[in-house]
Amino acid sequence: MLETIFFYFFALLSVAGAIFTITRRSAVHCAIALITSLIGVAGLFLLQHAEFLFAVQIILYIGGITVLFLFVIMLVNLDQAAQQRQFNRLWLAGVACVLVVGAEAVLLLRAGGRTVQLAPAAGPAAGGGNVQQVADELFSQYLLPFEVASVLLLVAIVGSVLMAKKRI
Amino acid sequence: MLHPITPAHYMVLSLALLIIGTAGVLTRRNMVVILMSIELILNAVNVNLIAFSRHLGNVQGQVFAIFVITIAVAEAAVGLGILIALFRNKETVQADEIDLLKW
Repeated sequence: MLETIFFYFFALLSVAGAIFTITRRSAVHCAIALITSLIGVAGLFLLQHAEFLFAVQIILYIGGITVLFLFVIMLVNLDQAAQQRQFNRLWLAGVACVLVVGAEAVLLLRAGGRTVQLAPAAGPAAGGGNVQQVADELFSQYLLPFEVASVLLLVAIVGSVLMAKKRI
Repeated sequence: MLHPITPAHYMVLSLALLIIGTAGVLTRRNMVVILMSIELILNAVNVNLIAFSRHLGNVQGQVFAIFVITIAVAEAAVGLGILIALFRNKETVQADEIDLLKW
C-alpha cells in the first residue's frame, strides 16, 4: 500500500521532471528539471531495494553529471540561444515517434496484459546486504567488464581534457 | 483500490521516460539539452534493469546498471568537452547550425 503510493509519487516526479527537461527554454531550468527527474529515479531505486545504486545515483548523477552540465552552461554563453527558436524542423518526427511508440505500448498492454502482468516481486535476494551482493557479483563474475570500464573511463578523461583544451 | 506494483508498472514508466528522452533528442536545437535527453534515455534503461533485477531476485541487473552509469558518465564528459570545443570555434550551441561537414 505504502509502496504503491511512493511508486506513484516518484514516477510522477521523474516523468514531470523529464517533460520539463525537454520543454523549458532556459538551459539552467532544464538542468534543474533533470535533477528532479533523477531524484525520482533514485527514489525508485530505493523502492526496489537497490540501496547501492540509490547512493550512486545521488552522488554520481546529481552530484556529478548535473553539476558538470551546469558548469558547461555557465561556461558557454547560452543567453543568445535562449532567445532563438528552441525546436528544430524535426518536431513533427518527434511527435510521430512518441505517438507510434505510445500506441505500440497501449496495444501491447491491451493485447498481452495478462502475460505482461508479472507477479509482485519477491523479496530482495538472500544473503548479505545489497552492497555486498553487488560487490560479490561485480568482482567475481563481471571482473573483466569492470576492468574494461576502467579503461573506458581513462579514455574518457583523456578525451574530454583534450577536447576542452584550447591548443593541442 | 490501489494495485500492488508489478514490473509492468516499471516497464511503462521506463517506456515513458525513454519516449520523452527520444523526443528531446529529435526535436531540441540546444546541444546541452540534447545531452540531457540522452541521460534521460539511459536512466530509463536503468529503471528497467533494476525492476527486473528485483523481480528475478538476483543482482545481475544492478551490476549492469552500474556499467550503464559508467557509460553515461563517460559520454557526458566527452560530449560536454566536444561542446566546449565547438562553441570555441563556431560560437553557437544550436545543433542545426553546426554543419561543417555538410555542403
